[in-house]
Amino acid sequence: MIQIKDLHKSYKMGSNSLHVLKGINFNVEEGELVSIMGSSGSGKSTLLNILGMLDEADEGSYILDGVPIKNLNERVAAKYRNKFLGFIFQSFNLINYKTALDNVALPLYYQKMPRKERMDRAFHYLEKVGLAEWSHHLPSELSGGQKQRVAIARALASDPKVLLADEPTGALDSKTSHEVMDLIQGINDEGKTILIVTHEPDIAQMTKRIVNLKDGIIIDDHPVEQIRASQYV
Amino acid sequence: MFDIERWQEVFETLGKNKLRTALTCVSVASGIFILVVLLGFSSGIQNGVKEQFSGDATNKLTIRTRTTTKGYKGLNPGRNIQLKMEDFIDISRNYDDFLEYRSGNYSLWGSLINYKNEAGNFRVQGVMPDFQFIANADISEGRFLNESDINEAKKVIVVGNKVKTELFKGKSPINEYVSIYGIQFKVVGVFFDPGGEREESNVYIPVTAAQKAFNGGDRVRDMAFTVPMSGSLYEALELSEDLVAGIEADLKQKYIIAPDDIAAIRVNNTLEEAKKIYSLVDIIRAVFWFVGIGTIIAGIVGVGNIMIIIVKERTKEIGIRKALGAQPLSIIGMILQESIFVTMFSGLFGLIAGLGLLELVGPNIDNDYIKYPQVDFNTALTTVFILVIAGTFAGFLPAYRAAKIKPIIALRDE
Repeated sequence: MIQIKDLHKSYKMGSNSLHVLKGINFNVEEGELVSIMGSSGSGKSTLLNILGMLDEADEGSYILDGVPIKNLNERVAAKYRNKFLGFIFQSFNLINYKTALDNVALPLYYQKMPRKERMDRAFHYLEKVGLAEWSHHLPSELSGGQKQRVAIARALASDPKVLLADEPTGALDSKTSHEVMDLIQGINDEGKTILIVTHEPDIAQMTKRIVNLKDGIIIDDHPVEQIRASQYV
Repeated sequence: MFDIERWQEVFETLGKNKLRTALTCVSVASGIFILVVLLGFSSGIQNGVKEQFSGDATNKLTIRTRTTTKGYKGLNPGRNIQLKMEDFIDISRNYDDFLEYRSGNYSLWGSLINYKNEAGNFRVQGVMPDFQFIANADISEGRFLNESDINEAKKVIVVGNKVKTELFKGKSPINEYVSIYGIQFKVVGVFFDPGGEREESNVYIPVTAAQKAFNGGDRVRDMAFTVPMSGSLYEALELSEDLVAGIEADLKQKYIIAPDDIAAIRVNNTLEEAKKIYSLVDIIRAVFWFVGIGTIIAGIVGVGNIMIIIVKERTKEIGIRKALGAQPLSIIGMILQESIFVTMFSGLFGLIAGLGLLELVGPNIDNDYIKYPQVDFNTALTTVFILVIAGTFAGFLPAYRAAKIKPIIALRDE
C-alpha cells in the first residue's frame, strides 16, 4: 500500500538547515495497523505530513497504492488527499460552526457529491462511530472523545485507502483514549490501513507493528502482540 | 455561486461577527451613498444650467455688422457696413443644408408703443416667422407671424406677455390696435418666453413692415440662424464654427473688409457660450466622480482589510479544508463570494438610500442652478458595476493569500 524509499527532508532555519529525515525506508501492506513512535524531534510528524501530502520530501520516492507521489501541484495534491487519505488530528480540527453531520460530510462536498447522498453517507458514518443522535450538535457541544469520533467518521467518509492519525489520543484521558483506540481497531479489523503517530507506549501496543524513529532514521521496526482496547473499556 | 452550502457559510461567518460586518457595510454604503448624491447633484446642476440657456435656442447664431476698423485694398477704416436683404437671401441659399431656422431682422431698439392712454417702451423687432423658434417664443394667444404677413408687409404685431400686462392690464389684446411712432399695428398674438421678463418685453412685427414703416429700405440690422442639433454638442459646435467662418468670409469678401478685421462683422454663437458652461459642468461632474470614487475606494480598502483579518482568523479552518481535499479555487471562491456579497449588499443599500434622498429632497430644491437632481438608470447601473468590480478587487488579495496557505502550517496554527 505504501512504499517509501530513501526519504530525506530538511528544513531551512535561517542560514542553517535542519536535516529531519535522513533516509527513511519502509513499506506498509494493506490492512496493517502501524504506530510510528519517537521522541519529539525524531521526525515522526514530518514523516506523517509527507505521507499525508501536506508536505513534500526533498529526496526519495513515495508510492501510495501504486501511484508515485511526486511534484504534485496544489490541485492534484488536494485531489489525492481527498481520494486516498483520511486524517485524524490530535486537536480534532473540526470546523466549529458546522454541525457534526456537516463536518463529516465536508470531504464528500469536495468530491462534488450531491447533497442528499452526501448527508446520507455522513449519517451512516456517524452511526458507525456511535454518534447518530448527536448529528446536529456543534463541536462545542461535544466532549473530547465525541469530537475525536466525529473526526474519525469524517476521515472515513470518503472511504480512503489509508487513515493517518497524528496523536489521536493526545488530548484525551485514558478512558476515552481506549474508546477511541477500540474504534480504530474495529476499523482496522474491517481491512482499512491505518498509521498512527504516538509517543504513548500503551497506545502503540494496541497496534500490530511499531516503527521507532530517532533523529530522522528508523532504529527499530517490529511487529507486536496486539492488545485489544476493548478489554479496558 | 448558487451553491446553498456556500451561501450558508457566507452568512454564518458574517453572522458570527455582526459588529465587524456592520461597520464594513457602513463604510461601503456611505461611499456609494455619497457618490450617488454627488452625481445626482451634478445632474441637477446640468439641468439648472440647461434651463438658464432655455431663453433662446442654444444653437443660435446672430450676425451683426458695424464699422470697419482697418483699411483694406485702398479703402479707409471707419466705413459703415450695412447688411441688405439680399445678403440674408444669399446666405440662406448658400448654406441651406446647414441651417435650421433663419430670420433676417430689422429692429428698432427702444420704441414707444401706445394703446389708448397707456404707453410703454419696448423693443420692436422686425422678424421673419422662423424667429419664433430662434427666440424660443411660445404663443399663448393668437398666432405668430406667418409668410403672408411678410410677403404683404402687413401691419400686424405679436406682443410679449409684459406688453399684455402693462398696456392691456391683462385683458386679451388680440385684434386691438397699438401704435408705434403713430403707425397702427394690429395685435395677432401674445407670447411668453422661458427666458423671462427681459425677453417678454419684445414685440415682433414682420420685417418687411418694419422696413417699410420705419425707413428701412432693404436694410437688415441683423440675421439670426440656428444650426441643426444633430449628434453631440461638440459636433454641432464644430458645424456652427465652420458655418460662422464661411459666412464671415463671404461677407468680408463682398464688402471688401480686411480678413483680420474682427469688429466689422460680429457673430454671436450661443453654442460657444454653451460650450464654456457645459465644460464647466463637465469639470464639476468629473470632480464629483473623483470624490465619490475616492470614498468608495476608502470603503473597499476597509472591506479588503476585513477580509484579510477573516482569512487570518480562518487560517486553521482553511488548512482543515485543504487537508480534506479543498481545491485552491474553491477557497478563492469562498472568500471572493463573501467579499462581493458584502460590497454588493451594502453598496445597493447605499445606492437605494442615495436615490431615496434625491427623490425626497430633489423636488424641494429651489435654486436657479440646481434643478431636478437625479441619477439616471445608466449611472445607477455603472455604480453597481463598480461595486462588483470593487468587491472582487477587495476580496482577491485575501483570497489569493488564503489559497496559498499551506495546510501543514495552517493546521499547526493554534
